[in-house]
Amino acid sequence: MSDTSQVTSTSESDKTYWKANLRIIGWSLVIWALVSFGFGILLRPLLAGISVGGTDLGFWFAQQGSILVFLVLIFNYAFVMNRLDRQHGVEE
Amino acid sequence: MDQFTINLLFVGASFALYIGIAIWARAGSTSEFYAAGQGVHPVTNGMATAADWMSAASFISMAGLIAFTGYDNSSFLMGWTGGYVLLALLLAPYLRKFGKFTVSEFIGDRFYSPTARMVAVICLIVASTTYVIGQMTGVGVAFGRFLEVSNTTGLLIGACVVFAYAVFGGMKGVTYTQVAQYCVLITAYTIPAVFISLQLTGNPIPGLGLFGDHAASGEPLLAKLDQVVRDLGFAEYTAHHTDTLNMVLFTLSLMIGTAGLPHVIMRFFTVPKVSDARWSAGWTLVFIALLYITAPAVGAMARLNITEMMWPNGEAVSVETIENDADYNWMKTWEKTGLLAWEDKNGDGLIQYYNDKNPEMAATAEANGWTGNELTKFNRDILVLANPEIANLPGWVIGLVAAGGLAAALSTAAGLLLAISSAVSHDLIKGQLNPNISEKGELLSARIAMAVAIAVATYLGLNPPGFAAQTVALAFGLAAASIFPALMMGIFSTRVNNKGAVAGMLAGLLVTLLYIFLHKGWFFIPGTNSFTDAEPLLGTIKSTSFGAIGAAINFAVAFFVSSRTEELPEDVRELVESVRVPRGAGAAQSGH
Repeated sequence: MSDTSQVTSTSESDKTYWKANLRIIGWSLVIWALVSFGFGILLRPLLAGISVGGTDLGFWFAQQGSILVFLVLIFNYAFVMNRLDRQHGVEE
Repeated sequence: MDQFTINLLFVGASFALYIGIAIWARAGSTSEFYAAGQGVHPVTNGMATAADWMSAASFISMAGLIAFTGYDNSSFLMGWTGGYVLLALLLAPYLRKFGKFTVSEFIGDRFYSPTARMVAVICLIVASTTYVIGQMTGVGVAFGRFLEVSNTTGLLIGACVVFAYAVFGGMKGVTYTQVAQYCVLITAYTIPAVFISLQLTGNPIPGLGLFGDHAASGEPLLAKLDQVVRDLGFAEYTAHHTDTLNMVLFTLSLMIGTAGLPHVIMRFFTVPKVSDARWSAGWTLVFIALLYITAPAVGAMARLNITEMMWPNGEAVSVETIENDADYNWMKTWEKTGLLAWEDKNGDGLIQYYNDKNPEMAATAEANGWTGNELTKFNRDILVLANPEIANLPGWVIGLVAAGGLAAALSTAAGLLLAISSAVSHDLIKGQLNPNISEKGELLSARIAMAVAIAVATYLGLNPPGFAAQTVALAFGLAAASIFPALMMGIFSTRVNNKGAVAGMLAGLLVTLLYIFLHKGWFFIPGTNSFTDAEPLLGTIKSTSFGAIGAAINFAVAFFVSSRTEELPEDVRELVESVRVPRGAGAAQSGH
């Protein structure tokens, strides 16, 4: 472990990198909760007016929509973070 | 060729394939046994993780639970996919950077305490063993059907096969075998769904057919289904009719549990780079989503088919038809497993299937001389396997589904047994009891641990605490309450120390375990429970939903204890800083 502790001095750059990471995680999790617990469960009565194939939008989010949004969130995170790694020079 | 021969042929051919690959890629060193030398591409890794992840619960059990409950069981769909967001954002890249083989090694190092590592090992073994019980339930159903024997015999045969299979190779054999298993299981799941979707809606994509129109009536499929089940006194399929708080907590437990299960997390140690760990989580979810987008369609369409089959042209089906009509052969074959039963209670020669628990149906029943629901038993776990037979699909589709169901159960059981055996041999024996153990001794103890785990799971699988997916949900609750919070705090907090983590994990695990045992029986032994999930101890919170509360307790206890005890040592603080940046990640090493 001795060589790794040498490279990982907590520079200012590393701190801003970590803050940026936390910000991205924060936004992603807000959307994550909104589509599943929000649209899929708690806010479903509010969306009841929007009909989708014999039922309402909330049902669609609960059974399909949220899964599609989860996929977008993960790929978006991977893309944004891999770019951020390079910007801060912390990539492997 | 009769159906039995076709099933044997398909199952036999798929097994030959897996075993062939396992021999071809047999694990040589301990490092290969656990993590396959990290030469696995993100897409390959994603596919293998998807197979590892999608078990009997997803393949055999989930659509059946959705079919008979409808919207309220959407928790399974959101929970088991939403967890990957947590895994990808909060755990996978950092644990890959840390670069060790097992989850408990991270916890041991981060919380600089062999005790923390031991507690993590115990949490891991408890959650994984519960998970294997659920798999064995599914294995019993699948083997029972395709060998045309009772559920119990099927389970015992299945247990032997799983054991023989898991002992064959380590992670490397398993990785490539699991890619093959993924292909088998996704084909087996999709093909019948496409056929049925075409029959019912004319749309070849089941996920779209679900929201399309029912070809026979011209109404939207879901509206038709709502009406058909409502007429028989069942709750509307798309309606929300159970407790909202319980549904939220259940979904959350499944999500957090997904991100806390050791056999899934271990997968992210096997990719070459930190950036690959991020992509890998995405690819895993792509392959999982292929099944999960289809599953609700399978559930809804099967429910419609079954209901119409019991009420052809609006009349109850006669016993004579069931006995003689070829379309009803599936009922006779499944009756042999003891998982499906009917009884002509009022002796009118007809089988009336309706909801006899609904008081509004009492008048209708009285007027027509019905004396209770006569489709007396329909085990939820048989739905997916019986589905192609119900829809009258060709014999080879039925054989394919049998092979797919076994692939799902087998791949996950193998992955879990590997996680259990590595926890025992690597963390417990090599890490604690006997650090000088030889590689050979370590492999041997790993295999003994596997044998013990499977024996326990088989014994409890004979009287499972619920349907496959429900038992598996309990395992997720345990993982959610114990492992996930410790990992997350280990990465995101520089305040939580050894004492906090140990106290948190123990509190989360024990409280959740207590809640589960109170409702499902002590050590899952039937009849020893004090409460039931119909009338839970705390308000409306069922034992399957308690994991989220267990996790909250874990976080709270850990922060409280840490705030009253000493700060983190400097070298541990540096370790935390270092896992947060990808730079300098080498290949994973065998620690200690």
